[in-house]
Amino acid sequence: MIIEMKNIRKHFDGLEVLKSISFGVDSGEVVSIIGPSGSGKSTLLRCATFLETIDGGEILYMGKKAAHTDESGKAVYVHHQELRAFRAYCGLVFQQFHLFPHYNVLKNLTDAPVKVQHRDPKEVEATAMELLKKMGIAEKAKAYPYQLSGGQQQRVAIARALAMKPAILFFDEPTSALDPELTGEVLKVIRQLAEEKMTMVVVTHEMPFAKAVSNRVIFMEGGLIVEQGDPKEVFDHPREERTKQFLRVFER
Amino acid sequence: MTLSTMISTMSAGMLRTIGIFLLTLAGSLPLGMIVALLRKSRIPLVRGIIRVYISVIRGTPLMLQLLVWYFGPYYLFGMSIRGWRFPALITGFVLNYAAYFAEIYRGGIESIPVGQHEAGEVLGYTKAQIFMRIILPQVIKRIMPSVTNEVITLVKDTSLAFTLAYQEVFSLAKQISASQTSFMPFVIAGTFYFVANYVVAFGMERIEKALDYYR
Repeated sequence: MIIEMKNIRKHFDGLEVLKSISFGVDSGEVVSIIGPSGSGKSTLLRCATFLETIDGGEILYMGKKAAHTDESGKAVYVHHQELRAFRAYCGLVFQQFHLFPHYNVLKNLTDAPVKVQHRDPKEVEATAMELLKKMGIAEKAKAYPYQLSGGQQQRVAIARALAMKPAILFFDEPTSALDPELTGEVLKVIRQLAEEKMTMVVVTHEMPFAKAVSNRVIFMEGGLIVEQGDPKEVFDHPREERTKQFLRVFER
Repeated sequence: MTLSTMISTMSAGMLRTIGIFLLTLAGSLPLGMIVALLRKSRIPLVRGIIRVYISVIRGTPLMLQLLVWYFGPYYLFGMSIRGWRFPALITGFVLNYAAYFAEIYRGGIESIPVGQHEAGEVLGYTKAQIFMRIILPQVIKRIMPSVTNEVITLVKDTSLAFTLAYQEVFSLAKQISASQTSFMPFVIAGTFYFVANYVVAFGMERIEKALDYYR
């Protein structure tokens, strides 16, 4: 397993956002997480990528513990130096891209691999250009983010995450800030990554995409996993009443 | 006294004015950043001290602050203040401007979207790297107009050095005007300030232009 999260609990100001969630992702697996807003999907990703600290539970990457719960029931993380090694396992693509506006496209991709991972600048640049080609935006290498469309910006963001060579890539509603036309070009890129067996977890509202691309679908609501399984099963024959209700909205 | 002797007598004052200006910037621009960061310190006592410092500096006249820095050591501790004039002057200016710059920096830092920090964090940058590589360059671009304002104000504020009888261009203008019963020294001083600010505005505009390559 690339990542394993066990009994994850998280609350914000008294509101329980995650109520004992457990899930794991195998190498090469593509998992979609669906559910209404406020169900805890984004928080789960943010806990997995260490942007939020969990209150309780366990996070393991490659079988190694990044966080666990001690006898008093409090979550304890490894020392922050060690945590940086865990961070290297995962990448995150944001809904709002969050590219660095003062760096051109190429620099957005190469800066962290060179400055954080201390890789050879030449090798990094070659890898970055490869990625941009794959994303269909090689000709934009010297452009600045503001000169790109939303779809192009998101593809740069995906390439930026991939340039770090993560073992798993998380997507937090990657197309929610895009209009339908641009959504297509981003989904195409994610689909291509899936075919290459990139391990991915995608929080999305694009149901046809989730059904077509993922190996497993998780339906979350109220900080719990309500149902999960094979996408065809979950979408065509949902077991839980709540899942049926939720999916019905999308059929209209 | 001919016009050219007036100008040459006052030119020594102009150099002193430029000296105050440059030393104040050299001290207050970096100190302001330290103050801005300390204001966001995790230690409440540090935050408290910084907040009091900023509010006292902003709440009292610079002229009064200069007098306190100069005469304070004598009245408070009975110390000799010989040779303390210029250091007191620069201390007063630097601490005053650092407080204003700190507030400008703070506004700039807080205006950068959280997403920039988070993107940096996920990519594994250290806190220091996030600040130096991602946040600070964007902050500098955003605060340029406010900094320009402050720097132009400083050019004019240097004239407050006359309070400590420091012979910069404004003090000299007053003296020469009185002794020669002439209005001319004020015209010369006014022209000097205007030209100095013109140069400052031109320089700052160039910097802003240079940062125009992204939005």
